[in-house]
Amino acid sequence: QPSFEAYFTEILLCKNELNGTLNNLSHWMKDEHVDKNLVTQLDSAFIRKDPYGVVLIIAPWNYPIHLFLVPLIGAIAAGNCVVVKPSETTKNSERLVAEMLSCYLDNDCFAVVTASVQETTRLLENKFDYIFFTGTPSVGRIIMTAAAKHLTPVTLELGGKNPCYVSDTCDVQNVAQRVAWGRFFNAGQTCIAPDYILCSVEMQEKLMPALREAITEFFGSNPRESPDFGRIVGDKQFRRVRALLCSGRVAIGGQTDEKERYIAPTVLADVLPSDPAMQEEIFGPILPIVVVANMDEAIDFINARPRPLAIYAFSCDSKVVNQVLERTSSGGFCGNDTLMHVTLTSLPFGGIGSSGLGKYHGKFTFDTFSHHRGCLHRNMGLEALNALRYPPYTQQKLGLLTATFEIKRKGMCTLL
Amino acid sequence: MEKMQQVVGRARAAFNSGRCRSLEFRLQQLKALERMVQEKEKEILAAIKADLHKCGHNAYSHELLGVLGELALAMDKLPSWAAPQPVKKNLLTMRDEAYICPEPLGVVLIIGAWNYPFVLVMQPLIGAIAAGNAVVVKPSEISENTARLVADLLPQYLDRELYSVVTGGVPETTELLTQRFDHILYTGNSAVGKIVMAAAAKHLTPVTLELGGKSPCYIDKDCDLAVACRRITWGKYMNCGQTCIAPDYILCDPSIQSKVVENIKAALQEFYGEDVKSSPDYERIINKRHFKRIVGLLEGQKIAHGGQTDEASCFIAPTILTDVSPESKVMEEEIFGPVLPILTVKSVDEAIEFINRREKPLALYVFSNNKKLIRQVISETSSGGVTANDVFMHALVPDLPFGGVGNSGMGAYHGKHSFETFSHRRACLIKDLKMEVVNKLRYPPSSQKKVDW
Repeated sequence: QPSFEAYFTEILLCKNELNGTLNNLSHWMKDEHVDKNLVTQLDSAFIRKDPYGVVLIIAPWNYPIHLFLVPLIGAIAAGNCVVVKPSETTKNSERLVAEMLSCYLDNDCFAVVTASVQETTRLLENKFDYIFFTGTPSVGRIIMTAAAKHLTPVTLELGGKNPCYVSDTCDVQNVAQRVAWGRFFNAGQTCIAPDYILCSVEMQEKLMPALREAITEFFGSNPRESPDFGRIVGDKQFRRVRALLCSGRVAIGGQTDEKERYIAPTVLADVLPSDPAMQEEIFGPILPIVVVANMDEAIDFINARPRPLAIYAFSCDSKVVNQVLERTSSGGFCGNDTLMHVTLTSLPFGGIGSSGLGKYHGKFTFDTFSHHRGCLHRNMGLEALNALRYPPYTQQKLGLLTATFEIKRKGMCTLL
Repeated sequence: MEKMQQVVGRARAAFNSGRCRSLEFRLQQLKALERMVQEKEKEILAAIKADLHKCGHNAYSHELLGVLGELALAMDKLPSWAAPQPVKKNLLTMRDEAYICPEPLGVVLIIGAWNYPFVLVMQPLIGAIAAGNAVVVKPSEISENTARLVADLLPQYLDRELYSVVTGGVPETTELLTQRFDHILYTGNSAVGKIVMAAAAKHLTPVTLELGGKSPCYIDKDCDLAVACRRITWGKYMNCGQTCIAPDYILCDPSIQSKVVENIKAALQEFYGEDVKSSPDYERIINKRHFKRIVGLLEGQKIAHGGQTDEASCFIAPTILTDVSPESKVMEEEIFGPVLPILTVKSVDEAIEFINRREKPLALYVFSNNKKLIRQVISETSSGGVTANDVFMHALVPDLPFGGVGNSGMGAYHGKHSFETFSHRRACLIKDLKMEVVNKLRYPPSSQKKVDW
């Protein structure tokens, strides 16, 4: 990963989360007092934030520090003990995490397990009180099935193909830069990267030179020599992504080097829904453009497919952006930019359907790892008021009981 | 086979048509539900009576009151619940719109239970409709009269394609669970909860599992025993003990055990009179299988009060057991019947240790005049919810989330929490296409200068 990108996602964003948590933790932990009804007026009703117990965090390889650290921050903040399972694919980070954590954190409460796929399967046979998983939908199913055996609640941060609709009324240069940035960041290995573009044939024509210019501006005329462009994480993934290149026609890029696991920032034009690049989440530096007639067709195209982690829409016309937002469903949505919605910690980050279950970031991480326990602390006195609820029952008692339990409508309460 | 696919397919098509998105439509459906409860009150109470031998007053206050309250709350609050929530922005997003948009999930499955057969399908249904979903309701086949009634009534009042009822037992439910839903809310026991979650895992469907467990009830020496025992008696024997949040067993100091028994006996007398069997306010066990199961728990126990049974009418008298051993059968499973074991502990610390050695319960009860002790019990244990100095009442505060933890469940609902359970909170950031200058900082080529800024 280029050092600037690494600094941004692995250090800067994590520091942000840490500071936010440290600043707000005492407030988040407080018992949350709630409105009471007539019968409980004199009591204390509150929601307690209890830790779950022992939490398992399974992290993926694409942002190997960020994606275990941010959940870990929330899990610790919520008072849990944690077992971290970093990805075995990124061996250097895995080793670093194992060494680092034991130097800085309580060794009994927080542990790192390095494990292969088989060992992870065995790890999952243990009972955890919460499991937080980031990865692919197919492994997500395995995790949830294992969790079901112990009735362990889960958060699954998965993925999908994030569509990016570009309308005909837009500032083409700006769109090209924002989309290129989001697509080629970390060589495309980002769960919320814009996976493919939907636009009209005219817009495809206009976008191409703009995208070419943006790529050159970012990475120079030979991206292979740019320190700012990443590589594919492993040989298996490299071969998988390379196979997607035979979709549509290569309009920009397309060069690869197996030894370096380099795939050039690539834009594919005139891609068909049946092409390889449209069958799976790309997770690489390839941007297919699928031509649609208009916004309605784009929306139908999106809705005919599994709900993605993110949807992007670009237009100078805010009505267009709102239409796409309102008529589709996704984990999150960003209008006129890519990736940025996840850098705002006051927004929940998570998927829907096959792109995931649950959410985190900021306070949402703390809430994810806490059990919200409803508590009512009553008075031992005033037993006379309770008389209404005890048998033997009479019509009169029922009438009075109804009156005291009735939920107030717009402020007026019925008094005995 | 075909049938389940068709029912769910119809619901999904109806959902995709978009008509349940508008608030007006949802409010209209909720209003229709309210009308149903008011117009068909007699039929609903009769069905509950047929299933649980529950008198009208009880059925009304246990089930209908709660449903009407939930409906009124949802109709009142829906506009504010469904409104997009703006969020705090940072420096980079100052000029943008950032908000959380609550959206429906799609097609929701609600599986009800037999002990409060009406409210346990209605309350989740209200939340699911309010959140804009299509719903398939599967009432428990064990409370067959209420199941049949719900299947009859809902189509008379609600949109038939969006909201449907599927009846049947284990085979039908298993088949239903192979379909893809966008959320499943199941009320029942932990064993089936695991099956539901495993089925949901195949489709990555989020679940809310309202399960059960043994809800402990600790009585401190320093408390008004008469009041405490009356409240416990009310909660324990309501619905003949068949309540997920019933105080399952008592923990107390050996010195007060006999006083506890005396006070509970006095309360029982007050509530049901000399001859419990002839009290119209005392319910029956749901069926022979559960009757036999509960009677089996009495074997070898010291019966301090009650113990009379009548298989023909599934009657089990309010029963108290004393000096119960933690290893006995009655302490192995959730009792779900009118049998109250008392176990003695020498201190609150021992009580806490006892509770913590077992699965996390749905509810936890503690009775004491000592606020510090109450705080200690709450903070050193874990449970779905807590009521101190009473029983059940935390489940009746609409703003408190109602749900379990660990073996007693996951997720929560009631009031606003139902709406949130059945919604997706979608993060939305709307930026300007202009102001590209600010973005330049994040684009390559990078430099230390950019990082420092």
